[in-house]
Amino acid sequence: MSHTLTIENLSFRYHKKTILKDIYFSADSGEFISIIGPNGSGKTTLIKIISKINKPEKGNIYIKGKDIQTLSNRQLAKHIAVVMQSVEPVAMSVEEYVLLGRLPFFKKYQFFETAKDIALAHKYMELTGILKLKDASINNISGGERQLAAIARALTQEPQLLILDEPTSHLDITHQIQILELISSLKKTLALTVLIVLHDLNLAAEYSDRLVLLNGKNGKIYKTGTCEQVLSEKSIQEVYNTKVSIQQNSVSKRPCIFLITQNALNK
Amino acid sequence: MKQNQLKHWSIILIILMVILILVSLLSLCVGSAGIQLKDIPHILFYGNGSADHSILLGIRLPRIILGLAIGGALSLAGALLQGIFKNPLVEPYTLGISGGASLGVCINILFKFYSKIGIIAYPLSGFLGASLVIFLVYYLNNRTRDIQSNRMLLTGVMISYVASSLVMLLMAISKSDDLQNIVLWIMGSLDEPSPVLIKMAVFGSLAGLVLSYCFCFDLNALLLGEDEAANLGVNTTRTKKYLFILASFLTGLSVSVAGIIMFAGLIVPHFMRMIAGPDHRILLISSFLAGAAFLVLCDVIARIIISPLELPVGVITGIIGGIIFIWALSKKQVTL
Repeated sequence: MSHTLTIENLSFRYHKKTILKDIYFSADSGEFISIIGPNGSGKTTLIKIISKINKPEKGNIYIKGKDIQTLSNRQLAKHIAVVMQSVEPVAMSVEEYVLLGRLPFFKKYQFFETAKDIALAHKYMELTGILKLKDASINNISGGERQLAAIARALTQEPQLLILDEPTSHLDITHQIQILELISSLKKTLALTVLIVLHDLNLAAEYSDRLVLLNGKNGKIYKTGTCEQVLSEKSIQEVYNTKVSIQQNSVSKRPCIFLITQNALNK
Repeated sequence: MKQNQLKHWSIILIILMVILILVSLLSLCVGSAGIQLKDIPHILFYGNGSADHSILLGIRLPRIILGLAIGGALSLAGALLQGIFKNPLVEPYTLGISGGASLGVCINILFKFYSKIGIIAYPLSGFLGASLVIFLVYYLNNRTRDIQSNRMLLTGVMISYVASSLVMLLMAISKSDDLQNIVLWIMGSLDEPSPVLIKMAVFGSLAGLVLSYCFCFDLNALLLGEDEAANLGVNTTRTKKYLFILASFLTGLSVSVAGIIMFAGLIVPHFMRMIAGPDHRILLISSFLAGAAFLVLCDVIARIIISPLELPVGVITGIIGGIIFIWALSKKQVTL
């Protein structure tokens, strides 16, 4: 049985600067994997390579055992859906927006959405709780609601792999939790593989099954494993150049990161 | 397909068709010959050989047909370009295509190519000038991996300035009867005596409409931005390239047959986006129809306003288009 996503020996350079080097990892269905690392460590680049927007210098990526370079953009869009940091303003209704997720499935001379397309869009709008907004314009809903619409649109592609690039970075804490809870429940009900770029290490620690920590200095993976394995005071010091104290969240029993500021040390 | 959306789209199409027919009928009756609408069926069926008959079929009808084709082509080109560039200021002329075409025609008039190879020299020289600009804009931006929209737009604007300066240079050194010719052509007119050119415009614009529909879903995806479109399976580089060439072809065709007609390509797609929404399945055809009706209507106004003389239609589209557009902008926020 092949993994949902396998990355082998991947390297990427941009203007002669190594961004990613010797990246190996795989992800299975039902897994929630967070990619973490400092700014410029290539998290977003990695996602763009997996979704075939950027071409790797070397290495292979397989989706369900198929090399993505042999798939057309359209075929790939039936396996992978991507939610970006934010949704660009566009004067269409939420329903029209979500229905765009069915585009990769349109037949050659098909001009209208089928009843099945609409049923799927409604199903995922219901799941993400935005069905009541279906006639509202994307321009007139809040940032959190737009991200929910983007997730509904991605789910409407019925992907095996759902990729999210810092989906919560513009949101307040209520919406951050709401979105991550939703994704974490979806991964079970829909047997999705979730690959998510997160800046907030505590959010990553709470929700992830595994972490991939990228090291910005050489473009390699610093460490990959469970949250307990990856998040240590030593690894954060080495990758982020930042002193932290790691304790256990008394409720979730997950690692929790506390900042150690110069200000506090001086007292 | 949702029922209410289908209904909405059908209503828009029916209304546009009705407007189109009414405007065409109006254009058929208006003119210095003073033919009444009620007489028209009689003249058409029984008046064969009469002066009125040849005015209707020989002068007014070809003019209407040309107006429909050119108006449709310009608005469609505008809708496509605004879709590619995601920039509300883009129109066929922003990319320098008109500048290139007018430069070509000026050179033709100045060097009197038309006296050597006939009337076809006008559209031919316009078309060559337009193609040269398309090629330049494309070549200057093709060395980077992707077509970078803003860079391409800026290149077009710059080439447009250079071309119009060269046109002014040529005008400054030309003799007065050549100057008159150049000025009339630049201002745009639907008065085109050659049936070959009219046929070319009609088939060209209809072919452009059909081809543009091959890309309507790609354009919808591009509304979300290039990366999002790529994630939805669109080959964005290829799509933008084909659409750019298609829009340039439509513009080059219009400019070379009817001269420079400002604004139709900018305001009509905007207006239809406000009314029909951003979905290109309805936007493309409705822009085509509305542009066709708009240009024929402007032509009617150009013909009656100082009758029996007529104004260049480009002047009317510029004035009416600009005023309507400013009014509409103040009423409703325009987003792509």
